[in-house]
Amino acid sequence: MAKTRIEATINGEPVEFLCEPRQSLLEVLRDVLNLTGTKEGCLTGDCGACSVILNGRLVCSCLVLGLEVAGATVETVEGLAAGTELVPLQQAFLQQAALQCGICTPGFLVAAKALLDSNPNPSETEIRYALAGNLCRCTGYDKIVRAVMDAAALMRQGQGRASSPMQGREA
Amino acid sequence: MATVTNTSNGTYKVVGTRPLRPDGVDKVTGRAKYGADYSLPGMLHGKVLRSPHAHARIKAINVEKALKLAGVKAIVTGRDLPEGENKSVPLGEMSVNPRHLGHNILARDKVLYQGHAVAAVAAVTPYIAEQALELIEVEYEVLPPVMTVDEAMASTAPILDPELRNEELGDQPTNIAKHTQLKRGDIEAGFKSAEIVIEREFRTAMVHQGYIEPHNALATYGSDGRGTIYCSTQGPFEVRGMSAAVLGISPGSIKVVPAEIGGGFGGKTTVYLEPLALLLAMKTGRPVKMVMTRAEVLRASGPTSGSHIKVKMGCTRQGTITAAHVWLAYEAGAFPGSPVAAAAMTVLAPYAIPNVLIDAYDVLVNRPKTAAYRAPGATNAAFAAESVVDELAERCGLDPLDFRILNGSHEGTPHPAGPPYKRIGFIETCEAIKNSAHYKSPLKGANRGRGVASGFWFNAGMQSVAMVHVHADGTASVVTGSPDIGGSRASCAMIAAEVLGVDVDQVRPMVTDTDAIGHTDVTGGSRVTFATGMAVFQAAEDVVRQLKERAAKLFECKPDEVEFRAGTFAAKSNPSTSITIKDLAKRLPRTGGPVTGRAAVNARGVGPAFATACIDVEVDPETGKVEILRCTIAQDAGKAIHPSYVEGQMQGGTAQGVGWALNEEYVYDSQGRLLNSGLLDYRMPTCPDLPMMEPIIVEVPNPGHPLGVRGVGEVSIVPPPAAIANAIYRAVGIRMTELPMSPPRLLKAILARRAEDRTSPAAAARA
Ligand code: FES
Ligand code: FES
Repeated sequence: MAKTRIEATINGEPVEFLCEPRQSLLEVLRDVLNLTGTKEGCLTGDCGACSVILNGRLVCSCLVLGLEVAGATVETVEGLAAGTELVPLQQAFLQQAALQCGICTPGFLVAAKALLDSNPNPSETEIRYALAGNLCRCTGYDKIVRAVMDAAALMRQGQGRASSPMQGREA
Repeated sequence: MATVTNTSNGTYKVVGTRPLRPDGVDKVTGRAKYGADYSLPGMLHGKVLRSPHAHARIKAINVEKALKLAGVKAIVTGRDLPEGENKSVPLGEMSVNPRHLGHNILARDKVLYQGHAVAAVAAVTPYIAEQALELIEVEYEVLPPVMTVDEAMASTAPILDPELRNEELGDQPTNIAKHTQLKRGDIEAGFKSAEIVIEREFRTAMVHQGYIEPHNALATYGSDGRGTIYCSTQGPFEVRGMSAAVLGISPGSIKVVPAEIGGGFGGKTTVYLEPLALLLAMKTGRPVKMVMTRAEVLRASGPTSGSHIKVKMGCTRQGTITAAHVWLAYEAGAFPGSPVAAAAMTVLAPYAIPNVLIDAYDVLVNRPKTAAYRAPGATNAAFAAESVVDELAERCGLDPLDFRILNGSHEGTPHPAGPPYKRIGFIETCEAIKNSAHYKSPLKGANRGRGVASGFWFNAGMQSVAMVHVHADGTASVVTGSPDIGGSRASCAMIAAEVLGVDVDQVRPMVTDTDAIGHTDVTGGSRVTFATGMAVFQAAEDVVRQLKERAAKLFECKPDEVEFRAGTFAAKSNPSTSITIKDLAKRLPRTGGPVTGRAAVNARGVGPAFATACIDVEVDPETGKVEILRCTIAQDAGKAIHPSYVEGQMQGGTAQGVGWALNEEYVYDSQGRLLNSGLLDYRMPTCPDLPMMEPIIVEVPNPGHPLGVRGVGEVSIVPPPAAIANAIYRAVGIRMTELPMSPPRLLKAILARRAEDRTSPAAAARA
């Protein structure tokens, strides 16, 4: 099948790739660009493991075609941390033990980022509804919701990226 | 946040704290590699052709057209697998029937469920492989499907496996693979002495583990006759043994490299794609990667059994249970092996009942072969038994927790399937709920109710190997063969740090492949922190023993004159002569060389797990929808090594129990076609479906483990369905006897009750 050359900005970097019309953004990320942090759980938009932020909006990358991202900006889990410094959401997920197997974690982090980008002080209910498109089968969501609340608080206090490395901190 | 009810008196430095997990950073940055994240140069992609029929004879398969498609490199069918022996052979501590296993990997003469694998293709792209599937021609003779245990057990039922026999029926073909019976006391006398007898019948739907990561495998095979399989599995050694059995090759020729695993819950303790990927790699000489779609996961990997259960239980007016008869029939799926025997052994385990009769049937139906699912068999059975227990308590006028405490198993109570219990914590879990803020709080409002229920799980010991290497800088690495699904690397590192007297960040844990460590059984049965943890404990002690010898050399004394405390070695005679592990590690090259501790255990002393849940619900009488308002679960962990991950297991298991209770079910049409093979219709709990889950960790140390650990992975799934059924009863006065208690089913019951109230004066009086 003929491939089209696509230019996009992924995690802040200009990226070029060749893409078949049938390839989803998820396939492009994982199989073409080797960004395997974004996960596949269903390919039908029902699990959220493939969540990415496309032009500022949370989407299931399994439901977006690769061709559609021409000229767009895409943010994936790999782009969350600034270098080796974890952002508050990542820190809070570790500190709250908000992951067990971790397969859903990239999707939750991205969906939570999309929430906190637009609502820095969400209630528990708002968090639960914002994450309704992401399935986690391990945690029962309790610790995930707490982690997002903690991250929101950390960010409101402006402790964001300035916080110290993770070693030896209590969970 | 969680409360820990601590009855142990050990004082630990690391155990019981909550350090960050060692694999955490990789998992929040997207760096962790799961099975589907692996790829290799020159890799082919494999796809599986699956049966559209639930039950059919395969008359012919023609792959010629498909083979001619450009880019197709190999096609295999059931005829490419050796016919395995039709008998149970041991594999680790499990056993498998190689014929059944092989026939499930690729059907041979018959397809036995919709989705049953018929052929597999390797091609240069996944698209070409998919196209090739469409070109394979299969001629089927369609047979009538048998979808429920009731149909399958009828004497006129179509037979799935003409060779299947069971001891009781002699040479008569049957769908009943096995009848197990457990007996104690005199059941008739027991019911005679009962003043209240309740007899009820229950049905539960087939449900799936629902791990978010689909099955995957990437295999290579070299001209040296050695294969490697990268996959997400709970049991690398099981993958090796089973793949070898299916392919008729020696297990030693296969290395299994466990990738990170995206959930398993028992469902990743067997093989589906692994032998196929290896077979295709053997045929093509190229790496072959296979990943299931979600529909394949639901249709063709092993869910757990739907069931039909009858419970009759009697007690005195004061509330002492005198007798119980339980009848259980579980769907095995296409091949024998439902968890019904486990169900029989768990169903009454929380109670001391003198007279017991349990009949358990393992029944073939045209559904996927079931696989383990968290406390396999126990949840269905507990839904039934704990509903009846609730009814008995009500009839006696007793608080349901007091009724459980009155009849509860404790140290010395004979277990229905074995010797008397050692120290267990069942009653403590009931008391923890009774004393909880949740249970003490009033529940007000219409259509609201509170239910409690309990559950039991054996937990498993089995085989584990661990190595602890001391490095020159005084750090240590802990190497095991137990895939880490929920934080077990953290608990293993903590156990080693505790023994070595160092900070946990000085210990780096890793999970290695089947060539690099001795036989380690599956990550399952809640066994890793217990059994692999025991191996790690002993391996770390082995390190300490060896380091004492080295210290003795430096101190010029005998090893038994060296004392070790808090990471420091000292001469007993002269405590001022001391050296820390860190300093001693630097001196290893000149005191005899590297130090590695080892332990290989076949862990005995398993401590059973009990849990009790308290759940508040609100029923919407117009729709039948149940909302979970509040949920507390108390579970005996023995000793919680890392309380956050113990809580995580409790919360996650509870959530799965809630899904099982309220929404999840396999829906088949009359032809045996699965109607809900996606995650939109196979409805698992989402974030807004659940409240915070309040875990109460109860610690009644297991006398069989050096740290008191029991194992925490499974039992929390057992109580919720019954607790929710009991809560619904208190909310709307209806005893639900079928899972899931989904809105349509509950609404139907509510409407039936209303119609009855209108027509029957007795019912009207009750209302
Ligand atoms: S993989 Fe995209 S939503 Fe599941
Ligand atoms: S941590 Fe396993 S699915 Fe969420």
